Amino acid sequence: MRLTFPHMGNLHIPLKAMLQYLGADVVVPPPSSKKTLTLGVKYAPEFACMPFKLNLGNFIEARELGADTVVMAGGCGPCRFGYYAQIEHAILKDIGCDMQLIVLEPPEKHISEFILKVRQIAGTRSWWQVIQAIRFGYQKARAVDLLEIASFKARPRELVPGATELAYRQGLALIDGATSSVELKEANKKALRIISGVTQDHSRPVLKIGLIGEIYTLLEPFSNHNLERRLGSLGVEVDRSIYLSEWVNDHLFLGLIKGLRSKNEACAAAAPYLRHFVGGHGQETIGSAVNYARAGYDGVIQVFPFTCMPEIVAKSVLPGVGGDFGIPFLTLIMDEQSGEAGLLTRLEAFVDLLARRKGIEEVVNR
Amino acid sequence: MKGYLGIDVGSVSTNLVFMNEGGIIREAIYLRTQGQPIATVQRGLKELADRLPAGTQVRGVGTTGSGRHLAGIIVGADAVKNEITAHAVASLVLVPGAQTILEIGGQDSKIIILRDGVVTDFAMNTVCAAGTGSFLDQQAARLNIPIERFGEIALEAESPVRIAGRCAVFAESDMIHKQQMGCSLPDILAGLCEALVRNYLNNVGKGKEILSPVVFQGGVAANVGMIKAFEKELGLPVQVPSYFDVMGAVGAGLLAREAATKNGRSYFKGFGVAEAKFKAGSFECPGCPNMCEVVEITEGDLVLARWGDRCGKWSNQLSKEKVS
Repeated sequence: MRLTFPHMGNLHIPLKAMLQYLGADVVVPPPSSKKTLTLGVKYAPEFACMPFKLNLGNFIEARELGADTVVMAGGCGPCRFGYYAQIEHAILKDIGCDMQLIVLEPPEKHISEFILKVRQIAGTRSWWQVIQAIRFGYQKARAVDLLEIASFKARPRELVPGATELAYRQGLALIDGATSSVELKEANKKALRIISGVTQDHSRPVLKIGLIGEIYTLLEPFSNHNLERRLGSLGVEVDRSIYLSEWVNDHLFLGLIKGLRSKNEACAAAAPYLRHFVGGHGQETIGSAVNYARAGYDGVIQVFPFTCMPEIVAKSVLPGVGGDFGIPFLTLIMDEQSGEAGLLTRLEAFVDLLARRKGIEEVVNR
Repeated sequence: MKGYLGIDVGSVSTNLVFMNEGGIIREAIYLRTQGQPIATVQRGLKELADRLPAGTQVRGVGTTGSGRHLAGIIVGADAVKNEITAHAVASLVLVPGAQTILEIGGQDSKIIILRDGVVTDFAMNTVCAAGTGSFLDQQAARLNIPIERFGEIALEAESPVRIAGRCAVFAESDMIHKQQMGCSLPDILAGLCEALVRNYLNNVGKGKEILSPVVFQGGVAANVGMIKAFEKELGLPVQVPSYFDVMGAVGAGLLAREAATKNGRSYFKGFGVAEAKFKAGSFECPGCPNMCEVVEITEGDLVLARWGDRCGKWSNQLSKEKVS
């Protein structure tokens, strides 16, 4: 059994770590690229959203590398994602890429449901080892997130363009290479040291923008045209409403680990505007916008794939939040388009607007 | 005469404006881009050089529009700015006190909200180009009427027909259907204007507070049918500034003045670039499966700029200043 899974930002690092800890043979698909998208678009239904198409492309490319089993997340609720695993499996079969499918449905009541599912992959491993593997995967997810957060702070202040990106890549490779908890601790420290070694101008005025929206387009840089990197080079420090480790804690561990930002906070903040679950992260999107506004951020950018229902609901609620808190927001809808001029124009104009509101024109005239 | 040059290279039109040091517009040129931004900018420069008195000194040049980077490289721009900022800067100078700017260009449409002379909010059309100038252009061509006459024909309408405006494809089939039913041309054109205005206000203007004075600009503001449809829907008078079709270029010129004053010099290469041989080519980078289409602008053997690579492998080879 050679396992593969879809890409979503840095997800492959913790997921691979967990599966390999259990002794599984893992094939990480090549990074999502135009080729991945082309393959996905060719075989996916036209009306499916871009994450579906990229998933499918990932699986086809992984199969070329010898993978025979797909590990995919499940779900339920208004977002179509819940049945993607099954549809993708059926399409793979139709096009002659017959692969086994393991769906990791999120637990409903207790983390034990999740452990039980991971056990299916683990074969004869003991319960203790299964729990250790999940723990190790989580630790990697957290390490990757902390590194990413550090890069968000360094990028707008870097003196040599591209230096942060280089340091970030090195740090990721270190974390990816760690094979035990002890090694990981060391790698984590080293990675953060590399990032803080980037020469920065701390007196430079920077803008702060909160990124909210649908999880896949937020986490996968290929799907959002390297939004965080672009904003960083425009002199903007970003924060994301969703990080991998927080998502894992919220949805797989059901909030077992304390002290992390949770979806409950976001949903509580959304209450005056949207009191119901609308699928996906629609409710969290609203709540996070409120929280960013309260935290004094200069602006908010919402990102989602074309035809994403939960985020369309959130989009129509956002003007109310923006009006009440006086915070500007921008919505970016991602699809197959590869022309970046339109995106860049919107980002530049948005940053201009925020800088002029804040009275720090040097940011934009830099 | 001394002054500043503003160039707006859009998908449909390329505009050049020359203003004196006080910001008074001396010359304005409106050209069709016709898919050839480099040649059009060169043609515009040549025309401008002919019109301006001999010995005119250009103290700064700014570019904007979707082709701003390309144009910026060719002329040696001091300011390369997005069109939203450029439009807002221009409106504030030409229509003091403006609070709302409705802008419909060839490929995009935007709304800019100003309060006390500062941009406080803006929105732009998202994935769809329905309701922009290109669509009107295409429909005018299909109906075999010159785009310049579109508006006046629409004004002759007695009872505009209702046309679905949310999607350009649906709008077109709806229009064809109404035509085949025997509706008159003016009624259909006026209906289309109203549909576009509805779509614009629902889509782009959603949730924004539209206060008077309202300024309507961009190429589509030439269409009197659209002006009337906006006034009807908003219930407010809509002003069209005299340089409505070259506002982006005006803004670019004003931004150039700001930048050149700050830098104390200009990078303008002179009107001679109208004669230079520029070549734009592209190649697919074989470095990774992204197969980025890298665009390369060359003058003779000299590579002036490259862009389009996601990783920066090609663009970073050239100095940062030129690429940014």
